[in-house]
Amino acid sequence: MIHKTLETRQVGRRELMAMFGAGVVAAMGVGMTPRDAMADAKSVTDAMMKVVGDSKPATGKIKLDLPQIAENGNTVPIAVEVDSPMSDADHVKALHLWADKNPRPEVASFRFSPASGKAKVSTRVRLSKTQNIVAVAEMSDGKFYMAKSEIKVTIGGCGG
Amino acid sequence: MGKFHLGSLLAAGAILAVGFSTQANAEGKHGMYANGEIRSGYTYLTPQSKAIQNDDFQNPGMIWVDDGATLYEAVDGKAGKSCKACHGKAEVAMKGVATTYPKYDEDTKKIKNIEAQVNRCRTKHMQAKPWKYESGQLLAMTVFIRHQSRGMPMNVSVDGPAVPFFQKGEKFYKQRRGALDMACSNCHIDNAGKNARANLLSQGQTNGFPTYRLKWQKVGSTHRRFRGCNKQVRATPYKYASDEYMNLELYVAWRGRGLPVETPAVRN
Amino acid sequence: MAKTKARVKVPKSIKKGEVFQVKTLISHKMETGQRKNKKTGKKISRMIINKLVCQYNGKEVFASDWHPAISANPYMAFYVKADASGSLDFTWTDDEGKSVKKSAKITVAG
Repeated sequence: MIHKTLETRQVGRRELMAMFGAGVVAAMGVGMTPRDAMADAKSVTDAMMKVVGDSKPATGKIKLDLPQIAENGNTVPIAVEVDSPMSDADHVKALHLWADKNPRPEVASFRFSPASGKAKVSTRVRLSKTQNIVAVAEMSDGKFYMAKSEIKVTIGGCGG
Repeated sequence: MGKFHLGSLLAAGAILAVGFSTQANAEGKHGMYANGEIRSGYTYLTPQSKAIQNDDFQNPGMIWVDDGATLYEAVDGKAGKSCKACHGKAEVAMKGVATTYPKYDEDTKKIKNIEAQVNRCRTKHMQAKPWKYESGQLLAMTVFIRHQSRGMPMNVSVDGPAVPFFQKGEKFYKQRRGALDMACSNCHIDNAGKNARANLLSQGQTNGFPTYRLKWQKVGSTHRRFRGCNKQVRATPYKYASDEYMNLELYVAWRGRGLPVETPAVRN
Repeated sequence: MAKTKARVKVPKSIKKGEVFQVKTLISHKMETGQRKNKKTGKKISRMIINKLVCQYNGKEVFASDWHPAISANPYMAFYVKADASGSLDFTWTDDEGKSVKKSAKITVAG
């Protein structure tokens, strides 16, 4: 499993577009039209903007555990953990997951409280192609954190 | 008795030996999941998929085990019996059974698999309707019965009356078919361990069937898998419960001799 | 939800204040709404479980909203901090508003 945590740093809207812009460039290389690729990128950033509003999510605190390559895109085990004391004063309120190249980017949202003890969830998701899983955590003090991790999804060959 | 194929002679010799022990398997690189050069599909899985199979809670195939357990105790048919009424507790009565199937049936004079035997019991002894192949009930019952032998080494008999059927199964396996003109052996013997585009080819073993295939998002039988494989090389698939597939299933089960029953396995 | 089976797993005994893992699994196709009927060409309507909520002695301790990107036969595990003995009550709800409920007894020592 690959653990990816980025150093804590503020991420602005322009930077967010740039992060997904990289995906656009790669996608163009695979023969997608620029409009298709922009549509995917736009919908995840839009979805994220709805959650974070004007705030700039920082990077860090989120650990995304996914395989590098999916055995089968329809059942990809994933674990997400947010580093937090989960105390009354300082805890994770919510966690959102998106897949930036799925037919629709939303994967799931989770609500926690100090009674959770730990802000960690494990589940299995469907991914239609190679893409990024994007996570945004909403903290009790109003701050947001985000993390992103790429996973390769191959379409079979002879799996039947 | 007719001509003996070398393969069947070797098989007969192997059967005369004192069966297989998955304990002996434990020494090799793949532990209990291999018997010498014979490798379970488990050994080709990613670590994440292995983890799903290893956890009885997470393994979706276990849902079918639960369903099968319920069906085993349910009264069905005009005779007013449940499976349990005749067989007693499944953990006792069905332990080891899966390791010997498919097998030759004295009455029908053909090879039968577990699914066929379940339906024979239902019609003959319970006076109940046979379950349709690939139905939820037949899958659940087959999974439940085979699950009782989990961990035990596969050891089907391919000698005596089974010989001609074993030979037919072997012939099927090595015969090219379909628009792609490929035989089972082309992938599962000649190229096992190599990639066919993005898929890693296994030896095509059946020790974990009925298996939860990620592709199917549910549990499926050996015959479903055979049909899929035949369709992939653009060959017309045979029918579920056909003689061709029964014989093929016997041959393939022999190919997996010594591998532990893993039902319900998780595979791609 | 016809024939849907749910199962949950919690540790047998827990110490007060301990953070323990809760595992859940429910059998469900999670029909995405993207698939087409091979014969008719018509789209198969979406029908998924879209919510899982867990209450600890009546108080919500975990809630999740699911989308079609959650795999079939959904597995979800999360954590709870042990407080008083009692029960964890789980409710899965589908797109039609129908729900499946399951409870697990919690035994907290200390």
